[in-house]
Amino acid sequence: MSILVNRATRLLVQGITGREGMFHAQQMQDYGTNVVGGMTPGKGGQSVLSTPVPVFDTCADAVAQTGANTSVIYVPAAGAPDAILEAVDAGIKTVFCITEHIPALDMLRVVHVVDQAGARLVGPNCPGATSVGQAKVGIIPGNIHRPGNVGVVSRSGTLTYEVVEALTEAGIGQSTCVGIGGDPINGSNFIDILSLFRDDPDTDAVVLIGEIGGDAEERAADWIAQNMRGVPMASFIAGRTAPPGRRMGHAGAIISGGRGTAQSKVDALQAAGVRVAETPSQIPQLLVEAGVRPN
Amino acid sequence: MKLQEYHAKRLLQAQGLPVSDFAVAANPTEVRSAAARFLGAGATRVVVKAQVLVGGRGKAGGVKLASTAEEAAALAAQILGMDIKGTTVRRVLVAPGAEIVAEYYLACVLDRSSRRVMFMASAEGGVEIEVVAAERPDAIKYMHAHPLLGLLDYQARALAFDIALGAHLRDFVAIAKGLFATMMANDADLVEINPLGIVRTTASDGSTSDRLECLDAKVTIDDSALPRHPELERMRDLDEEDPVDVAAREQGLSFIKLDGTIGCMVNGAGLAMTTMDLIKRAGGEPANFLDVGGGAKADKVAAAMRLILADPNVRSILVNIFGGIARGDEVARGLVEARSMQERHVPMVVRIVGTNADLAAQILATAGDPDVQTAATLDEAVDKAVAVANQVQAAGASA
Repeated sequence: MSILVNRATRLLVQGITGREGMFHAQQMQDYGTNVVGGMTPGKGGQSVLSTPVPVFDTCADAVAQTGANTSVIYVPAAGAPDAILEAVDAGIKTVFCITEHIPALDMLRVVHVVDQAGARLVGPNCPGATSVGQAKVGIIPGNIHRPGNVGVVSRSGTLTYEVVEALTEAGIGQSTCVGIGGDPINGSNFIDILSLFRDDPDTDAVVLIGEIGGDAEERAADWIAQNMRGVPMASFIAGRTAPPGRRMGHAGAIISGGRGTAQSKVDALQAAGVRVAETPSQIPQLLVEAGVRPN
Repeated sequence: MKLQEYHAKRLLQAQGLPVSDFAVAANPTEVRSAAARFLGAGATRVVVKAQVLVGGRGKAGGVKLASTAEEAAALAAQILGMDIKGTTVRRVLVAPGAEIVAEYYLACVLDRSSRRVMFMASAEGGVEIEVVAAERPDAIKYMHAHPLLGLLDYQARALAFDIALGAHLRDFVAIAKGLFATMMANDADLVEINPLGIVRTTASDGSTSDRLECLDAKVTIDDSALPRHPELERMRDLDEEDPVDVAAREQGLSFIKLDGTIGCMVNGAGLAMTTMDLIKRAGGEPANFLDVGGGAKADKVAAAMRLILADPNVRSILVNIFGGIARGDEVARGLVEARSMQERHVPMVVRIVGTNADLAAQILATAGDPDVQTAATLDEAVDKAVAVANQVQAAGASA
């Protein structure tokens, strides 16, 4: 098992003929992901990648001819909301959107339609998800993982890689690593992913990586206290020393009016029984203290 | 991006919201003629308001009332050029002084928790909403607009009754819906009216009439939407921006200057914040936050290096790149190029891992710069950067 993506994933790559789309489609295929096709309007009929896959003009065609059940989007921001909606309309139930800088009011409408369709969106502005040894969807480097039973969920991209590498170095393998993205309005939140981990028989422990801004970590902590007591968990919150009132890169990462501080998140997580690290490199040790054994 | 009050008010006017006539002036002469016009048209007083993006201008003496055009010009002479929290006042807004009977608060904001546009209304207007929220949270009423249909009439009416504005029901509903329209039309993430005033006008026969009016306005625009709003991009106030911020934005870099001595170049906002946190934890002080972004190319890296070196306090530089979409060799090439061109030589600690890290190591080794150290882990890189900064500081002190 694992969550979100696995050997049964049949992946459609939207924007496959673009620079990033092509590069990462190849990386995903090389990892072993079952990439069944690509989609770029006007480029239908082409064939791409080292193990060739067809390119379609529409998501509907791609789904009809390949049985794609998951899509990943590398389309630029101006077209990405439309790409998400097209995938959902074609019946795809799991959509990852890597694209950054999508206007928030566009996402407001998109997430509503996605929810109504009963589909799941991860992102936008996210690195995707990798179920170790099964499938990688997105841009997370494939070589930093080790198979195992720790789930990782994060609002960040490269910080996730940092933590995953630390786990791997310490001999602690991962089941699935998911980046939910740092935008103010996104498809899946921490709780959505935590509930999948809780129900996954192959995930025994969870690492949650948060950052300043908003109250997603506090709400996750409340949910953990209610639903995941007893599951070994460790966390790291980025931005402990960030100055208030300044937006630190991510549209969401801002401390305003005394809310969204790292301390508030650390306190909430600790109260829920989560061990909170002061550095990413401390996370493996905290997991060991919580009962996780290197594998 | 924050907009000045006069820009925000123009956006509200474009949606038909009740905003009284106003003028924008950059010198006392312009203020005098605008004030004379409003006073001649029946106003008994005019208000002169500093146009700055920072809050607290009233307390700082940046908002004044005048009864004559001469007085308005004299007050403007004091306000123009005034320093408010580090910002020099370059423009003032002049408007008829209203007789305000009561002040309310009304705003709509992008709410990440509910993933909706959220309205906030309060009968306690004219004070900072954060203060009301902290001291009397029950005094703020909330309403979430439908993501596709917007704020519905019954929702707006409910808000009006909640804050005891039932006597102005129709006007309030129109204003609330106008706020939503302003948000949608401009990709705003905040539209705030504080105060929303009940303004009294007295006719020549002594009879009075009251109406709602937007007396102050704050609008911020979603930066991600600016590419499709060139008309709003033109409202950007470059006078109020640090030239370093302007340069960073033009290069597509996310840069925030801080007060420390260790320059940071990192890919990814979360990792950049983490790098700063670790520097502080190790006893150092970061000189900046800098996210070079996903696809960091050589020229972008060189531009980032120039931004860091523009700060004279920088004593060492920490480069922390975890390649994913960014490729390590391109970053390394950019670093070597930047160092060959720069005049100031600052010791650098480089840690590049992930995609093409091996090629990056080769490029750095070939360049053979004695002032460049490498590190395998983030902890090691931070320790080295802090140690180097301290050495440089000690050397500087003894010299």
